[in-house]
Amino acid sequence: MLTLVGLVLIAIAAPMLLPDPLAQPDILQGVNQPPGAKHWFGTDQLSRDVLSRVVTGARISLTIAFLAVAVSVTLGAMVGLVAGYWGGWVDAVLMRIVDGALAIPRLFVLLLVVAAWESLPLLVFILLLGTTGWFGTSRLIRGEVLRLKQEPYVRAAEALGAHRIRIVLRHLLPNTAGPLLVAATLGVGNVVLLEAGLSFLGVGVRPPTPTWGGMILDSQEILFVAPWTSIFPGLAIVITVLAVNLFGDALREAVDPRHA
Amino acid sequence: MSDHRGLLEVVDLVKHFRTTGLFRTTASPVRAVDGVSFTIAQGETLGLVGESGCGKSTVGRTILRLEEPTGGSVQFEGHDIFSLTPSELRTLRRRMQIVFQDPYGSLNPRMRVGRAVAEGIEIHRLAPRAEIPERVGSLLAEVGLDPDAAERYPHEFSGGQRQRIGIARALAVEPVFLVCDEPVSSLDVSVQAQVVNLLAELQRARGLSLLFIAHDLAIVRQLAQRTLVMYLGRVVETAPTESLLATPRHPYTQALISAAPEPDPTVTRSRIVLGGEPPSPSAPPSGCAFHPRCFHPKKDTRCQRERPELRQVGDSAAACHHAE
Repeated sequence: MLTLVGLVLIAIAAPMLLPDPLAQPDILQGVNQPPGAKHWFGTDQLSRDVLSRVVTGARISLTIAFLAVAVSVTLGAMVGLVAGYWGGWVDAVLMRIVDGALAIPRLFVLLLVVAAWESLPLLVFILLLGTTGWFGTSRLIRGEVLRLKQEPYVRAAEALGAHRIRIVLRHLLPNTAGPLLVAATLGVGNVVLLEAGLSFLGVGVRPPTPTWGGMILDSQEILFVAPWTSIFPGLAIVITVLAVNLFGDALREAVDPRHA
Repeated sequence: MSDHRGLLEVVDLVKHFRTTGLFRTTASPVRAVDGVSFTIAQGETLGLVGESGCGKSTVGRTILRLEEPTGGSVQFEGHDIFSLTPSELRTLRRRMQIVFQDPYGSLNPRMRVGRAVAEGIEIHRLAPRAEIPERVGSLLAEVGLDPDAAERYPHEFSGGQRQRIGIARALAVEPVFLVCDEPVSSLDVSVQAQVVNLLAELQRARGLSLLFIAHDLAIVRQLAQRTLVMYLGRVVETAPTESLLATPRHPYTQALISAAPEPDPTVTRSRIVLGGEPPSPSAPPSGCAFHPRCFHPKKDTRCQRERPELRQVGDSAAACHHAE
């Protein structure tokens, strides 16, 4: 939890903290310098400060991940709640769409669109990641709703004459908070990795904007000469994904009144 | 039964659950309720007893249309419940409420008690927003809870207290008819009596009509003027509670009564133990559904062939060829 807050703070405060926020080439110090007093994480093949690029990359990667997951979790929750509670043909139609969508590899769709678009605006990239990531969540939430709608308290609300929308918002949604948070934290980890993968394949965010995946891609040729250029962004990915998952667990317990 | 103005009139209620196999779309349906008729008068309590799985809870839920019926009709205050539009039904829901068996599942774990009790008031706009907390407080007091319970979550309460909250939630919309679906079955015996007394008190104070579902005749005895005994989706006997207990006409009723604990240790009685399990409601036995387990000395082949209809015997009505 502290780790994640730390990461986000660093990402936000990056321009103020860094000695060299834009990571200009440091021609005097030279390329592929190992970590040292001036460049804590060393420099890359263009003599840029790796620390600065990792931290700036955090801004991009985390922004993309959080926004994309916000989109996909919202969509997934909506579809799952509606399909699960309405049932019947609504459920059948929505779930067949999800089945179809799940059959198409996400990376393939993303590659196709990203490759077709000449210079992809960041917002479109986020929306694309968001709208391709909700299928699993909707399945998860639908299953949860199918279970919850048999609960006596949902029956009691129906007996009181509550409208469907009210039941969904006041009874079903709060009780799917646990699985939703799990889906969201897994989603953040996934999107960070996916974005890294896309950047690594050279189709994500365009250089010179630093992203963690992009940095690993750039440094693959110098992996043995200057391993720090790929180790640090790699570590950043690992730590972020881990922190998000731990944070999700903590959050899930925190929002549960039974653990208060 | 002095008041013949029926508040609720159930005629030939049928509820089948379709079971769908993996390779067949129509297996034989589960006949949870198979032709049940009864009436409840204003202010009356009708007991409904039977073993688990006999369809008694389904009766309660179907007359409130929490389950869609397969057949039959329910008249409530002159409205045909099964032909109402969704919005008409919503309006009428104010008049009839339900208290559930499971005190743990019947309250939303993420909703404060006050909001749960207030929900019906909000839905039917029974009070201006500013007055809702006061109403909730007096409802909680009416069911014997501290008004500051409103600020707490359900998990902070015991089973008995949760049942009280469930009752307060149902009463919030000022119903005239309350289905109590085994409201005390999962409570400790000491707490059962308190909740039963509370229900009896509320009934007197508010002039409620109750359909009290239970598998325990001792509890029904305290509340119900009349009792209905169900077996495998059908009514096998109905009578004023006292005469049902004193002179049970149907062998199944006799078995149920003999299973209830006798408070007086000096009384010795022969206990009737039924053989076997109740048959599957998706394939009920031919003729009288009770015949495979029946111990009646006059049991004959007619019991296997012909289904007995309810007929008047004394002041009971029993569905047995040999009742007398």
